[in-house]
Amino acid sequence: MSNNQADYMIEFAKVNKWYGHFHVLRDIDLQVRRGERIVICGPSGSGKSTLIRCINRLESHQKGKLTVDNLELSDDVKVLHEVRRKVGMVFQQFNLFPHLTVLENLTLAPIQVNKLSKVEAEERAMEQLQRVQIAEQAYKYPLQLSGGQQQRVAIARTLCLTPQVLLFDEPTSALDPEMIKEVLDVMTELAEQGITMLCVTHEMGFAKSVADRVIFMDQGQIVEENNPHDFFNRPRNERTQAFLAKILTH
Amino acid sequence: MVTWLRANLFNNVFNSAITVLLGTLLLYVLSQVWGWGISHAVWVADAEQCNTARGAGACWGVVAEKYRIIIFGRYPFEAQWRPLLATLLLMALLLASCVRLFWKPWLAALWVGVLVVFFILMHGGVLGLATVTTDQWGGLPLTILLASLSVVGAFPLAVLLALGRMSDLPVIRSLCTVYVELIRGVPLISVLFMASFLFPLFMPVGTSIDVLLRVLVAMILFAGAYLAEVIRGGLQAIPRGQYEAAASLGLTYWQMQGKIILPQALATVVPGIMNNFISTFKDTSLVTIVSLYELTGSLDLAVNSDPDWLPYKLEGYLFIAAIYFVFCFSLSRYSQWVERQVSRGKVH
Ligand SMILES: Nc1ncnc2c1ncn2[C@@H]1O[C@H](COP(=O)(O)OP(=O)(O)OP(=O)(O)O)[C@@H](O)[C@H]1O
Ligand SMILES: [Mg+2]
Repeated sequence: MSNNQADYMIEFAKVNKWYGHFHVLRDIDLQVRRGERIVICGPSGSGKSTLIRCINRLESHQKGKLTVDNLELSDDVKVLHEVRRKVGMVFQQFNLFPHLTVLENLTLAPIQVNKLSKVEAEERAMEQLQRVQIAEQAYKYPLQLSGGQQQRVAIARTLCLTPQVLLFDEPTSALDPEMIKEVLDVMTELAEQGITMLCVTHEMGFAKSVADRVIFMDQGQIVEENNPHDFFNRPRNERTQAFLAKILTH
Repeated sequence: MVTWLRANLFNNVFNSAITVLLGTLLLYVLSQVWGWGISHAVWVADAEQCNTARGAGACWGVVAEKYRIIIFGRYPFEAQWRPLLATLLLMALLLASCVRLFWKPWLAALWVGVLVVFFILMHGGVLGLATVTTDQWGGLPLTILLASLSVVGAFPLAVLLALGRMSDLPVIRSLCTVYVELIRGVPLISVLFMASFLFPLFMPVGTSIDVLLRVLVAMILFAGAYLAEVIRGGLQAIPRGQYEAAASLGLTYWQMQGKIILPQALATVVPGIMNNFISTFKDTSLVTIVSLYELTGSLDLAVNSDPDWLPYKLEGYLFIAAIYFVFCFSLSRYSQWVERQVSRGKVH
């Protein structure tokens, strides 16, 4: 492990992706260190979702090299399975399983994928529910919960698989304003515990206080990356400046 | 009550007139039906009496006289306790299979066990039971056997076909599509004809597959294609996010289908599935044309050869119609119950 790749949790090397003729990711180069917290922002349609969905191969890239914990993503199903065990994902629309109770949502994958016993899986699930402060909702169905509660369940669900990387795709965009904070609080707490995080969000307050690095994307390219302080106070690229001007005036 | 009547039936002159007209018509029809079916009807198995009452009253005597043949077809008379017992067993199992609590692996084992017992009872040839070949099976036992095995066989086939049509693999997708479209393009009768007359021509000389088995397979293949389309409708209603969440949690294809996608997809199409089961149940009446005497066929057997009773075939038909109705109505009540079950815990 002397080779310096080992230091990176995720590494994009000249990654390209097309949807038909549409070039959605262009020569993406990005290295993410273990435990690093990255916020990705950019205008709608710039490829942010596509970028992070390539990491657990919900989308496949067509050119370039993408490695997660030194495993190169390809059509190899075994590798894919390995990677998905390491990488958890939280979606904008929560994507809880509506036919299962909250507790069953949390225990399903540990039982099926990690082959835990039901008792053990439920024990762990309750721990995670306590961590996101909704243990008392364990036996309800997802649609009986508020949006903020559902998103916290979704976070707890991925945590039950003890992932090394967490991907968030606009986790607060579908929430009413009064619920955003409860979800951001949970995410902040996670960030403090050293888990590698990539988060697509326009919550600039969160980015400032939590991120190690902010990445700005436009038209399928990473246009600018910097630490949050410099990113917000001294953006170099004019597209970043225009974007920030728009967002921060809200 | 009175206000309801006034608001809905007599709210103006025109509507009042229609209400009176239709009401009179309804009363007239009911009194005719009552007169023919009940008050002037003959209830005993007496052909003389039936003959005198002809035109004025129904002859339910035909049912009293012929019910053993109608229910059991050509099955040897003295041995009819065997199909009776076999059918009761199978129906008990069907009822048990309706209860969610029993959906455990042992239920599948029980099915195998009951089917073996069913076959031994019906066919005999062991344990001192005289052999009764399948061409002598008939009536209600045959109807229930065909219907339940068609449904049990068609369901997994349909799930696989539906998944196949939604698959990412082009070869599997086109195979399933071609299959479904081919089967849907022909009537059941022609599939049955093929199974019973055409298929044997392609078999090596000297080998033969029981006609009942061939017809059963034909019915499964046919019902499966229709049911597959119902289930596919359910699959299409599942949002993409469910697949993505399942995939991101590392579930394999079959885990995802079995635990996430199918339970939701099937729940959304319960009415369609039950509809399919009911029509499959009634489709069994078509196997008469390939000389299997299920309920409808055994009615023909019972009266066609007996000139005394032939005039009262209509009453016989009404009798078996009532049997069909009891089964189909139970199925549809069950369907409503299932719907209520699956919608528990949902808030929309
Ligand atoms: N399955 C698809 N097929 C074709 N084009 C797609 C598909 N998914 C996304 N795109 C296109 O790719 C581009 C990037 O999409 P992506 O969802 O990554 O953007 P985004 O930066 O996440 O935007 P948003 O802020 O709106 O979520 C968009 O122009 C979108 O229309
Ligand atoms: Mg997006």
